[in-house]
Amino acid sequence: MIDPTVSTTSLYADHVKIYPQRIWGRFRVIKWSVLGLLLGLYYLAPWLRWDRGEGRPDQALLVDMPARRAYFFWIEIWPQEVYYFAGLLILGAVGLFLATALLGRVWCGFTCPQTVWTDLFLQVERWVEGDRNARLKLDKERWSPRKLRLKVTKHAGWLIIAAATGGAWVMYFNDAPTLLRDLALLKATWTQVGFILLFTATTYLLAGWAREQVCIYMCPWPRFQGAMFDEHTMLVTYESWRGEPRGKKKAKDTEKLGDCIDCDLCVHVCPTGVDIREGQQMACIGCGLCIDACNSVMAKLQRPLELITYDSLSNSAARAVGKPVQYKFIRSRTIIYAAGLVLVVAAMLFSLSTRATMDVTVQADRSPLFVKLGAGEIQDGFTLKISNKSPQPMEYRVSATGIDGLAIKVIGADPQALRVAGDSVGTFRMLLKAPRQSLARKSTDITIGAVNLTTGEESQHGAIFSGPEADHD
Amino acid sequence: MTDINKDPLTGKATTGHIWDGIQELDTPMPRWWLNVLYATIAFSVLWWVLYPAIPWFSGYTAGVLGYNSHGVYAEQAAAAAEAQKVWVDKIAASTTEQVNGDAELLNFAMSGGKALFNENCAACHAPGGAGRTTYPVLADDDWLWGGNLAQIEQTIRHGIRAPGDEESRINIMPNFGTDSILTAPQIADVTAFVMSLSGEPADAAAAGRGKEVFTANCVACHGEQGKGNLELGAPNLTDAIWLYGSDAKTIAAQVAKPRHGVMPAWEGRLTDAQIKMLAVYVHALGGGQ
Repeated sequence: MIDPTVSTTSLYADHVKIYPQRIWGRFRVIKWSVLGLLLGLYYLAPWLRWDRGEGRPDQALLVDMPARRAYFFWIEIWPQEVYYFAGLLILGAVGLFLATALLGRVWCGFTCPQTVWTDLFLQVERWVEGDRNARLKLDKERWSPRKLRLKVTKHAGWLIIAAATGGAWVMYFNDAPTLLRDLALLKATWTQVGFILLFTATTYLLAGWAREQVCIYMCPWPRFQGAMFDEHTMLVTYESWRGEPRGKKKAKDTEKLGDCIDCDLCVHVCPTGVDIREGQQMACIGCGLCIDACNSVMAKLQRPLELITYDSLSNSAARAVGKPVQYKFIRSRTIIYAAGLVLVVAAMLFSLSTRATMDVTVQADRSPLFVKLGAGEIQDGFTLKISNKSPQPMEYRVSATGIDGLAIKVIGADPQALRVAGDSVGTFRMLLKAPRQSLARKSTDITIGAVNLTTGEESQHGAIFSGPEADHD
Repeated sequence: MTDINKDPLTGKATTGHIWDGIQELDTPMPRWWLNVLYATIAFSVLWWVLYPAIPWFSGYTAGVLGYNSHGVYAEQAAAAAEAQKVWVDKIAASTTEQVNGDAELLNFAMSGGKALFNENCAACHAPGGAGRTTYPVLADDDWLWGGNLAQIEQTIRHGIRAPGDEESRINIMPNFGTDSILTAPQIADVTAFVMSLSGEPADAAAAGRGKEVFTANCVACHGEQGKGNLELGAPNLTDAIWLYGSDAKTIAAQVAKPRHGVMPAWEGRLTDAQIKMLAVYVHALGGGQ
């Protein structure tokens, strides 16, 4: 089937602006509630205080880049423990898989920051420029003082929200009250101001201008979410068996037509501009606003609601032929995702609860590997590091085992009571001396242990003691 | 030949490409995406103008901002020196003993000393003071000129047999062989005796004869028991450590025509604080007294 009118095709699609219409209903209420909750959390969380003692940050949630520490209430993360962050990401991913397998794209439709801020920006747009038809009309109008005023007001509103968004983000990386005061007094550093401007710009561009383009073209997540769906996943579904054939109702052909009156309200309210009646598609973020729209129309026409509804593919097919529907939330897929979630949570909780407040590492000198002393003993040099993760200074007793007659010496300190300041790493030069006759091999495994003299906590680290070849002296 | 068709199922246009009878739907990229590419190209042109970019016959285009990484390095090095100043000044005003006794200063001196050692000393003494043949190991407990902080500092400051330094450490062991002070059999005997001092295998009769040679010629510097003399830089002959080697041939050669090492004086080349940091570092390598 060759269509002569389509003789050339562009490699690039022009941007079609979407004018989502206002709608009220169950899902709009959910969306506003979720939006309020998430924005509230986002803005208020950096202001929570948590007492950690004298001279330490009292912000509950703080990523302190210069000091290389991250604080989360009672948990303090050092850079080498960044795997907790990786754990959180895995948790997020598996959680997302589970939610998607159960309820479709609830992340996209309700909680994704892109959705939340776009919703907020759209509301500002509606307040200033009016609803869909008013906005369509305004954009077609010639430029006038009124149009200029409306556009300037809208963009100013967007920029204020964007600046507040970028500003709040920076609060997580600085002491919030101090930073706010510095900003007010124009004393903030260029780094801080630069990041605020950066996130202001991204928020303004992504939520104001890019909107659904982010979901359709930039985000990888919609592209593989289909892999988490199956026939039991609850999705925003158009019950085509009931709606089709669609058409404006006229008295004569009522019998032949379905419930859909082809009013297109479901398309007009859609924030990404899709037609849900075409079935599942990548651009559908699953927000449910078309359900609200269709229900409002069905209610007016006094027809059964839920022509567009949250339904699974198998239930939709069952309804079409009048079979009983079956909600199947427990399936092998959801069991596996849930088990993965429980596993990761358990592993992280275990790791956190058994987390040591000290750590010992030992590194042997590479040059010289060993030296022979005047009396014939062999001496090796090591760099000993003791991490003291508690806020108070601590003393540690260091021991070395694995070779008979191993003698220990620490430069400038007493190995029986090595002092390490609170919340820091103590670095020491350690010398171990072994009698020549105790060394059977060129290299011998030894263990360096440290005991916290206050708490009794222990930590060990393996090392290798190098010596001369065994067969000649 | 490519025909651009409409796909009958979706009603969308195809790109006209056909592989094994399979056609590709045309799902075009948004134009703003293309515009972003153009924007990045424009951005790169701007960068060429602002920053050093294009190699030229001599040098390169410098860029109107005047930025280059050497300048940044110089700034950062100056800033680092400024930040270190408080510690460096403290070390300059302290003795090496005081630096060694203060945990904070010791920590700083160890880091600074390590960098200085690798730059200035490791060429001969090897990293970590591991030593090389004819260059003493600094990590062991055997010292020619003394291993306490003051003695190490003195050695670094003025060197050993350093030309032009009045205070340099100096000693000359006579050429017992080439100057015909001892005969070849006497040298062989005294070599056997020296080896017996540190428990090396040696002919007992020769060592017995050598003891007399030793008493007559060597005790002035190396001492009655051969334990050496730090004041004179005379090595201890009774321990397990040998600078040039512990075999009979090497020891005999060292008696007949001794080799003498030279170490430059570092005063004037390094600052006072740098010399003190080096002394503390060398002292901590393994054999400081």
